[in-house]
Amino acid sequence: MKESLQQRLEILADAAKYDASCASSGTAKRNAKAGGIGSTEGMGICHSYAPDGRCISLLKILLTNHCIFDCHYCINRKSSNVRRARFTPQEVADLTITFYRRNYIEGLFLSSGIVKSGDHTMEQIIEAARILREEHLFRGYIHLKMIPEADADLIARAGLYADRVSINVELPTQAGLTRLAPDKSGQQIETAMGGLKTAIEDATDSRKRFRSAPQFAPAGQSTQMIVGADGASDAQIIQKSSKLYDRFALRRVYYSAFSPIPDASAVLPLKRAPLIREHRLYQSDWLMRFYGYEPHEVGQAADAAGMLPLDIDPKLAWALNFRDRFPMDVNRASRDALLRVPGLGVRAVDALLVARRHRHLRLADIAKLTVSIAKIRPFIVAADWRPTKLTDRADLRRLLTPRRTEQLELFAA
Amino acid sequence: MKETVYFTASEHVAVLAGPDDFDGWRTQARQVLMARVHPSEVIWRVPGGEGDLFASSEPSPPPIAVPDARQPIVSRAFLDLAAKAACHRDRGRFDFLYRLLWRLQRNARLLEDKADGDVRRLDELARTVRRDIHKMRAFVRFRSVAQPDGTERYVAWFEPEHHILRANAAFFVNRFAGMHWSILTPIGALHWDGASLQEGPPATRGDAPDGDPIEDLWSSYYASIFNPARLKIDAMLKEMPRKYWKNMPETALVPALIAGAQAREAVMVEAGRDLFEDDSPPTSLEEIAGAIRSCRRCAIGCNGTDAVGSEGSSGASLMIVGEQPGDVEEREGRPFVGPAGQLLMRHLEEAGLNRSRAYVTNAVKHFKFLPRGKRRMHQTPTAREIDTCRWWLDGERSIVKPRLVLVLGASAARGLLGKTISVQKERGAPIDLPDGSELWVTTHPSYLLRLPEENRPAEEKRFQDDLRAIAERLAALESAAG
Repeated sequence: MKESLQQRLEILADAAKYDASCASSGTAKRNAKAGGIGSTEGMGICHSYAPDGRCISLLKILLTNHCIFDCHYCINRKSSNVRRARFTPQEVADLTITFYRRNYIEGLFLSSGIVKSGDHTMEQIIEAARILREEHLFRGYIHLKMIPEADADLIARAGLYADRVSINVELPTQAGLTRLAPDKSGQQIETAMGGLKTAIEDATDSRKRFRSAPQFAPAGQSTQMIVGADGASDAQIIQKSSKLYDRFALRRVYYSAFSPIPDASAVLPLKRAPLIREHRLYQSDWLMRFYGYEPHEVGQAADAAGMLPLDIDPKLAWALNFRDRFPMDVNRASRDALLRVPGLGVRAVDALLVARRHRHLRLADIAKLTVSIAKIRPFIVAADWRPTKLTDRADLRRLLTPRRTEQLELFAA
Repeated sequence: MKETVYFTASEHVAVLAGPDDFDGWRTQARQVLMARVHPSEVIWRVPGGEGDLFASSEPSPPPIAVPDARQPIVSRAFLDLAAKAACHRDRGRFDFLYRLLWRLQRNARLLEDKADGDVRRLDELARTVRRDIHKMRAFVRFRSVAQPDGTERYVAWFEPEHHILRANAAFFVNRFAGMHWSILTPIGALHWDGASLQEGPPATRGDAPDGDPIEDLWSSYYASIFNPARLKIDAMLKEMPRKYWKNMPETALVPALIAGAQAREAVMVEAGRDLFEDDSPPTSLEEIAGAIRSCRRCAIGCNGTDAVGSEGSSGASLMIVGEQPGDVEEREGRPFVGPAGQLLMRHLEEAGLNRSRAYVTNAVKHFKFLPRGKRRMHQTPTAREIDTCRWWLDGERSIVKPRLVLVLGASAARGLLGKTISVQKERGAPIDLPDGSELWVTTHPSYLLRLPEENRPAEEKRFQDDLRAIAERLAALESAAG
């Protein structure tokens, strides 16, 4: 019996929700003034939020959750007992437009289980995007998942319709991939990512010379790693991310804390990885991309087993391990030095650098530029402030560790 | 808070066209600035606006510039921030902007001093308005209304916090240029007919349609994309405060999703628990035969049927594994005695393999079936059920230590390998097992029984060929071992 559109949407959205990426930002600006429907701005828009705190920006679905692969961590693996369903490319395109017209979404994020072959699956994904762009004249955002096993020509075609393309590396180590995703090849994944990087760069390059040159995935490529399904440490994950950023010019690496799935494979850990671990990895990612930390320096914030502390953020952990570098004088220290002060963000540091041309900064001035002065105080010198012994106190870590607050009962009776 | 307002004839009254009339403010601010009118002497009036305390006062005539007045110059950055701040609901915003403009004439780089109170307030006002603009772009929900001419019109009801309706018009025009739409708000309305934008008077919720059938589909999507294993209510509320909920159809589901989340996660974790975590591996075939009778670790074990154990000696060099006992096997309490079992025996004999010398068992020990009238229809066990029962099969293998294991069908193969393989691809060649024995795969005899008559001879021949290859290999293994 064929399920209704609504039932299939439930199955295929449920199957897609383990992919953390939902960004709709960083693409070329477009609008519908010359016809069609849809627009993109530099900044993405989150049209709703689910109670898991994740933003809902794109219609994130699978074309089908039938899959010939048997990856243990995946709810759609061949041996899983989930209900199966499929959409036609036409149905996906129509559903996207129906939602878009009501301002529910920014666009489409389409992925799929592997049916028949990588090529066949890729062709179906491309067809949905083609209908949207060429028949509906859709100008909104499209994120397409690439199938690394598919032919390079198909991947090249997908990039012409998509704003963003992504291939998931899935697991941070080759050993993890071998054990949990026996049908996937790390080599093949990286080759495909390398191909995307070249295609994106070539397109950017030709558009500099010819404005009419076709765009290829103007919002670049991203990837995702599952955290906590194998034994990889935070330090290993950070090293892997850093390599991926360098080698494939990725826009983003997403981290997805492994969470229990219905009908899980016995090989997997049962309990979810703590969500806070995922958060600490995103913070380390930020430290590398915006705060000038080298991967090995982020590693210095971790313990002997390579794990970042969960109770404090990695920047504070690093500062506590290198107290001799502090305090920093907010009136004299360089931008790079100030970026190392726990509690000072990029915006605060930039505001502080300009403000100090106008006044000799006091503690009260810093307080106006930041969220919490208490966290910053032990690490800075201001016109009227010197932490004296505070920086060296043995219990500093305890003083700065945020107290756990009980989660508010939102809908308590 | 009640304010007492004093004003005298010497004060300049500047009247704006509306609560978001930044251009009017800009023009008049330039005039009063060039006339050197001190900020404390200018009154900015928004007609009809909330707190229009000076409704009775007439606008002052344009002031006369002082003789040496220069055109005031301000940075682009200030104008951008001020244009946003002007849309804020804050009553004193125009006074404040003029005071800041006045200060900027004396210190052109004042805006850089982020620790200055006025600079911070400007940033704060602009930031709040930007957020409101952004949230309107995110949370407006159109509802489709069929028009008499067969086209559709999309109508939304939205309640912005600040005077941002006009500031957002271009965004919606650019995005939905080809649609006919209206956005109705308590402070005014926008109507787009595909070619031109009209402004309308303030509207009420009742002016907007009260539903759209597509909202059910959208709500299903919302509920399905939510992962109950990662509840983060604070993160949701931070970005989607409850004040917006009443105009967003999907938010009606939030309380139920949260209430069900912990229960759903607990079920998933329980379902994945290691069911044998407190047990030590069995040490004899008798122990297994006894234990499987009372095993209730999966649904099949709980279905009221009797477990069917193995047959054969603990020293057998050949182990044959089927899927699960069938109807006849369950009633007789012996493996492979039903129609499929009889077919298998015939082929084993033909291939020169003696059942009595083999150890015969099943991947799953209980019979899974669907009652259909008086009959019990065979049902394939799930991967999880096979993986659970693997505990017993592993125990049997470690005791019997066969040199060669023959598995019949994909379920039996999973019982050995822990993963699902393709029987057609793997048959005919051995797979090495970690304990040094060999695994051979062929189809389950019940598959042969289900084939249409015309295909059966060919498939039975392949089955027989597989068994002959196994017999040959077994003989080689046995003679090598002496």
